[in-house]
Amino acid sequence: MELRNSIDGGRGLYDTFVQLMDFITGIFKTSLGRKYLMAITGAGLFGFVVMHMLGNLLVFAGPAAINEYAAKLQGLGPLLWVARIGLLGMVGLHIWSAIKLTSENREARTVEYDAAVEPVDAHRRGDIVAKFAARTMIFSGLIIAAFAFYHLAHYTWKVPQINGAGADFELFYVAADFTTTLEGGEEGKDHADIFKMIVTGFKVPAVSVFYVVAVGLLCFHLSHGLSAMFQSLGVKNKNIAPWMDRFAVCASALIFLGYISIPVCVLAGFIK
Amino acid sequence: MDKLMNLKLKVWRQDNADDVGRFEEYEAHDISPDMSFLEMLDVVNEGLIESGKEPIAFDSDCREGICGTCSMVINGAAHGGQKGTTACQLHMRHFSDGMTITVEPWRATAFPVHRDLVVDRTAFDRIQQKGGFISVRTGSVPDANAIPVPKDQSDLAMDAAQCIGCGACVAACKNASAMLFVAAKISHLSLVPQGQPERERRALAMVKQMDDEGFGNCTVTGSCEAVCPKEISLDFIARMNREYGRALIKKGTI
Repeated sequence: MELRNSIDGGRGLYDTFVQLMDFITGIFKTSLGRKYLMAITGAGLFGFVVMHMLGNLLVFAGPAAINEYAAKLQGLGPLLWVARIGLLGMVGLHIWSAIKLTSENREARTVEYDAAVEPVDAHRRGDIVAKFAARTMIFSGLIIAAFAFYHLAHYTWKVPQINGAGADFELFYVAADFTTTLEGGEEGKDHADIFKMIVTGFKVPAVSVFYVVAVGLLCFHLSHGLSAMFQSLGVKNKNIAPWMDRFAVCASALIFLGYISIPVCVLAGFIK
Repeated sequence: MDKLMNLKLKVWRQDNADDVGRFEEYEAHDISPDMSFLEMLDVVNEGLIESGKEPIAFDSDCREGICGTCSMVINGAAHGGQKGTTACQLHMRHFSDGMTITVEPWRATAFPVHRDLVVDRTAFDRIQQKGGFISVRTGSVPDANAIPVPKDQSDLAMDAAQCIGCGACVAACKNASAMLFVAAKISHLSLVPQGQPERERRALAMVKQMDDEGFGNCTVTGSCEAVCPKEISLDFIARMNREYGRALIKKGTI
């Protein structure tokens, strides 16, 4: 009590501070707390994946639509940086808790079973053995993270050496009508030609194949994660669990189709 | 009487906690299909004792599926993988003549092997001691129905209370997570009025002890629920997650 009074004159600030620290410790330093972090950041990143896909699909509405959309996003200024830092924070927390949880899981069983799972009721094997997607979350996740880094270098930082098209996306600008390609545009003055970047980028078969594989892996990751996050947040039960599982599978499939439709259509010549 | 069976056993043998351990093969002759798995092991042990060898050490107590002592992984499945069944209630009729059966102890860092198939499960006791109880005054017997309990709540609490603490959930989980056990214990008491005074403290303290014991984390694979001899539902893990979040917000610390 004396310590408390000496710190804040008995106004209760000390208690509030201690409570807040306990709350933070309870989240970051416990198994269940880290599972909350996984679920919440996972849900946030899922939201980003959906919005990004919807934005990408504007490519089907023609160059003007997607270029104008991109210009509007770029025009958000500080808000754009808030979103970027928020996303980076979520990615960081998601990966940190994933690595922490997975290493704890590894330590929790250092000796594996010798026998393959063969229950006396053979049909129950599928219930007893964890699904492949659930067993490989850390691998699918880390590969997706590596892909996301490459994808940023490809289209955001526009590193010419990795696009495989022999072009410099940095020089792709579009006129004020958002449709006509502009030669010799200036950064900060003219808008980037996103449409041309997409077409040029995905015309390279290897780039498209890598993209499709990465998106496939992302959707595989989501097929488990989207249903497990409800459990981690404590909102799953046997009545709604089948619907959550269906939601996870359907959302993953839709996201897969939505994303891959673009490289497929570029390679097939539907978008040019 | 059904035809007697002959089986091959591949059993984990380990002299003590410090021994590295190894598999040894045994033959079980003239096994009745009506024997339980443990009775079959008894027969094998009789043979081993007669030939001057050390019998296979395994835990057993009630042999009627309620004590949760018989911890063994049979052909890769905790308790053998029959729905809602402990190893002592698993009958040999589920196996076929001439087959090889692998028997291993629970594998988890928090459950070190004492000897052969016997593991140390006191980690569960320590979790229970942190909050798996209610504090009541002692004295004369309270009046019946003095505390009204809604029927659906008590039914759900009793579903959770069925947990016998055998540890099959840990054994089956790819992460050796004890969350189904802890969830059952937390849920059981948080659902009834008697458990309310210590509700938040219980959730926080039991989860902390679970972490300290070195169990893994839940990946929502459902393996635990599938092998649980008392068919404790995965729903209780969701309930524990809610309870813990509620306790963090309401109380923050133990």
